[in-house]
Amino acid sequence: MKEFAYSRATAVHDALTSVVGQENARFLAGGTNLVDLMKRGVETPDRLVDVRALPLDGVHEARNGDLVIGATTTNSDAAAHPEIRRRYPALSQAVLAGASGQLRNMATVAGNLLQRTRCAYFADLSSACNKRVPGSGCAAVAGVHHNHAILGASPACVATSPSDMAVPMMLFDAVVHYETLDGKGEIPISRFYRPVGDTPHLETTLPDGALITSVTLPSAAAGERSRYRKVRERASYAFATVSVAADLVVRSGQVREVRIALGGVASHPWRARIAEEELRGGPATPERFRAAAEAELSAAKPLPHNGYKLRLARNLIQSVLTEIVH
Amino acid sequence: MNTHPQVLDGTGAEISGLSAPAIGTPRTRVEGRDKVSGKARYAGDIPIERLAHGAVVTATIASGRITAIDPSATLASPGVIGVIDHRNAPRVDPEAGSPFFGPDGQLQLLQDDQIAHGGWPVALVVAETHEQARAGAERLRVSYVEQPHDIAFSPGHPAARPALSAFGPDANKGDLDAELAASAVVVDESYTTPAQHACAMEPHVATAWLEGAVLRGIDSNQAPYGIAAQLATLFGKPLSDVRVQVEQVGGGFGSKTGLGPQLILATMATMLFHRPVRVALTREEVFLATSARPRTDQRVRLGADRDGRLRAIGHEAAFEISGKSEFIENCVEIAKTLYAADAIRTRLNVVPLNILPVASVRAPGTAPGSFALESAMDELAERLDMDPLDLRRRNEPEVGPVSGLPFTSRNFQLCLSEGARQFGWAGRDHRPRRRREGHLLIGTGMAGTSFFTTAFPSSATITAEQDGTFTVAIAAIDIGTGARTALHAIAADALRVGWDRIRLRIGDSAIGPAWQAGGSLGTTSWGWAIVAAARDLLEQLESGPALPVSVTSDTTEEIMSRPHRERHSYSAVFAEVAVDPATGEVRVRRLVGRFAVGRVVNPLMVRSQLTGGMIMGLSIALQEEVVRDEVSGRQVNADFAGYHFAANADVPFIDADFVEDHEPDDPLGMKGPGEIGTVAVAAAIANAVWHATGKRHRELPIRLDRVIED
Ligand SMILES: Cc1cc2nc3c(=O)[nH]c(=O)nc-3n(C[C@H](O)[C@H](O)[C@H](O)COP(=O)(O)OP(=O)(O)OC[C@H]3O[C@@H](n4cnc5c(N)ncnc54)[C@H](O)[C@@H]3O)c2cc1C
Ligand code: SF4
Repeated sequence: MKEFAYSRATAVHDALTSVVGQENARFLAGGTNLVDLMKRGVETPDRLVDVRALPLDGVHEARNGDLVIGATTTNSDAAAHPEIRRRYPALSQAVLAGASGQLRNMATVAGNLLQRTRCAYFADLSSACNKRVPGSGCAAVAGVHHNHAILGASPACVATSPSDMAVPMMLFDAVVHYETLDGKGEIPISRFYRPVGDTPHLETTLPDGALITSVTLPSAAAGERSRYRKVRERASYAFATVSVAADLVVRSGQVREVRIALGGVASHPWRARIAEEELRGGPATPERFRAAAEAELSAAKPLPHNGYKLRLARNLIQSVLTEIVH
Repeated sequence: MNTHPQVLDGTGAEISGLSAPAIGTPRTRVEGRDKVSGKARYAGDIPIERLAHGAVVTATIASGRITAIDPSATLASPGVIGVIDHRNAPRVDPEAGSPFFGPDGQLQLLQDDQIAHGGWPVALVVAETHEQARAGAERLRVSYVEQPHDIAFSPGHPAARPALSAFGPDANKGDLDAELAASAVVVDESYTTPAQHACAMEPHVATAWLEGAVLRGIDSNQAPYGIAAQLATLFGKPLSDVRVQVEQVGGGFGSKTGLGPQLILATMATMLFHRPVRVALTREEVFLATSARPRTDQRVRLGADRDGRLRAIGHEAAFEISGKSEFIENCVEIAKTLYAADAIRTRLNVVPLNILPVASVRAPGTAPGSFALESAMDELAERLDMDPLDLRRRNEPEVGPVSGLPFTSRNFQLCLSEGARQFGWAGRDHRPRRRREGHLLIGTGMAGTSFFTTAFPSSATITAEQDGTFTVAIAAIDIGTGARTALHAIAADALRVGWDRIRLRIGDSAIGPAWQAGGSLGTTSWGWAIVAAARDLLEQLESGPALPVSVTSDTTEEIMSRPHRERHSYSAVFAEVAVDPATGEVRVRRLVGRFAVGRVVNPLMVRSQLTGGMIMGLSIALQEEVVRDEVSGRQVNADFAGYHFAANADVPFIDADFVEDHEPDDPLGMKGPGEIGTVAVAAAIANAVWHATGKRHRELPIRLDRVIED
């Protein structure tokens, strides 16, 4: 691990000034992803600014009814919050499906949204990886990509986002709030993650040096029957192979409202808008769910060893929607 | 602090107040309190003055040659004392190896510029602290020329050749082809299993230093005596000048039975830098540089009459091997012993590749071998339209099916019937895909095994002290199994005294020759030596000599003079699974195992060991596999996030218990209860998945992408 300077900020402004103009400074939250990558030499910051003592912890309801989740709220606290469990249950379920109790106690909401891919080549300095070293190539395309992307990838990078939390955030149209020395800003989650293109090393649209201060969940987007289901290679403590967050409102057998987001299939959580469109206003039957899933996945480009994810994503969408109906 | 530490036997002082009877009584570990309170010391915990630390640098290519090593940045890095590579490393004896497999190229670290597998150690950076050593290691510039590597395993590989025959010759009983031709029903299928790692929680750690002419080592291992002997040969020293000790070991599962890179490199470093040096492998290095279980490909042919009587068993297995070391993954062992048949033929081939050397991992041979044979038996039952339990009942041999030798004690049928009763097997509908619960498919399956047992020569010294206590010394080791506690019990009963009068010293090669914690035969072999020494000592004490009196006894002669007979443990395992065909997820709901493992010294710990073994079997069935990149030739899942085994949530209620069993040729009636727990589980689960879904899984692990349906 490279040596680095460490400081702890207690005010947002201090945190922002400590990183300004320093390309190699990073905010440190729970450290559960950043420190691991530093040990591997993938991240090599000169300076860490610890944000955990900032007054950004906790969940509260804004006057307009939106739910505001402070950036440094731990994953455990977010999952346990009664309003999140009541209005956005898929979010609580997703967080609890991730990592382990110990990790969730350390990991923060902002850190979770910014965690890096688990592609093994990304973490191995001796492998070619465009995300780590732009222009060096992508070892996964010809290598082991059993758990890589089937949607939205490019020849430059086929990695997936590992976050469970980000999937229901996409479902609930969360908004990421940040601050820079120039002031405050916000980014809807649908525009927070960049398309891969040929710049897989640029993952988000967050401005340089920006500190995430909170994530809000619009009250209009609440989904009390929403669900999250994660399929992985063992019963717990593994990243998703494919996961689905979904919400569905059915009136007299017809789909009134439907939202679907997928995890484990793309470089960022994938909102299945084509499937949603197919279903809206139509009959809420398992056959229709399956057909809609197939429509969404028709654009998928599986690699030689991850084609099973197509079937899995389709079956999972069908079964989660069917479960919500029943 | 002492420069040369006192290494304790790790029993703590918490053993007084307990009293006999010992054997057969469930007892918690004598060192249990030390372990849960953090007092127990593992190899990396023992403080040593002037200690320096070594960090390993491993090869990033799978085949080729080192062209240059530039240590300048490393040497300029804070705290770095020096770098060892093939240019300055002490020369070692190329003949060093193991008694079973001969010279072992795996021990020839830093001797030349050749790279034959990814992860091969190419240098050691030594520094004042562990962190400084790692930082220095990251700065070492190593250049290579790469040559094409070959990691493509197949039984028809042009370099395939017969394995060594040290574990017995191929079986060639009867005429396999004729019996197959005469069979009403034939199964001819191939089964494959991936490479697997031992995955002990404690990574490999060693410290070495020189005390005059004596090379001292503290090492996390399963065989202090055997490893001291290997170390002595490797560095050209008399065994009397080498002493290897260890207090506690956090698991080995086979990966610590041989001399490991940690101790070789620490020894080289102490020779060069004249400081005690500790080398602690990282988890990734444990994966890359300590041996694994090989991939296997096994063709099984079974032929039977309509009534299920076996006419033919053919088991031809191939496994991968590195070019550096021999090994025998004896997949075909149980085909020679488990069932009667008119013709039995086994073959065992190796395929040399650019891979990490392979060696013992959790039930070597039998774990993959039983998956193949016992899956094939289930397929035979299917084709005969017969209860797979009945099929196994119909083929019980009177004598060793290949050897013709009598069995010492054979309680396979008792395992089958007790397991079936406990599981509720009777009345099972043997047709697949009949049981559903909502969207889940439910199935049950079973499998059985034998597991070779014996005892290996060992020596023990017992001293009758003046205060009425006995000091029992044997170069045994407790790798977490409870061996120390079992040996206490054995010694107390053998000396006919209360438990609290026994003082046990283990974990020190200087005590004398002793078998390793390996082959499930540690406690059995050491127990025999303790019984022999106790018997000899009690005889001497009859004449009332002045105390203390010491007696050393060795079991070589007694063991060698046993009659030639078939000696095995047995098990039967029953599994229930639930499969979600939409997602391919397989969950094991129930596991029942019944074991005939001879006399059980400590039922609490043996049950716990068997339960643990069954969990490993579950992991082998569903999760474990080394994944290699064909382009780079290197393992890509060399950590616990990528190399999966069962998490708690994967483990159902497990019922592991013993049936009455006794080994007549062992003074304590013992067999070996360790690894057999792992063995039949994968086949039982695979058979249950077939029963649930109707699909055969002949390739492990049974991953969800292999199970998912359209
Ligand atoms: C063994 C293991 C298993 C795991 N399993 C799962 C799983 O199943 N599912 C899952 O979703 N996740 C899983 N995780 C990942 C875990 O959820 C993330 O590591 C965690 O959420 C990251 O949060 P953190 O607070 O620790 O972030 P850190 O590691 O501290 O930071 C991550 C990144 O976010 C940046 N950052 C942090 N806070 C801010 C801020 N306020 N503003 C701007 N930038 C910021 C940091 O600079 C860094 O780049 C697992 C992790 C481990 C180690
Ligand atoms: S998939 Fe992306 S992260 Fe993985 S090696 Fe390729 S470029 Fe790197």
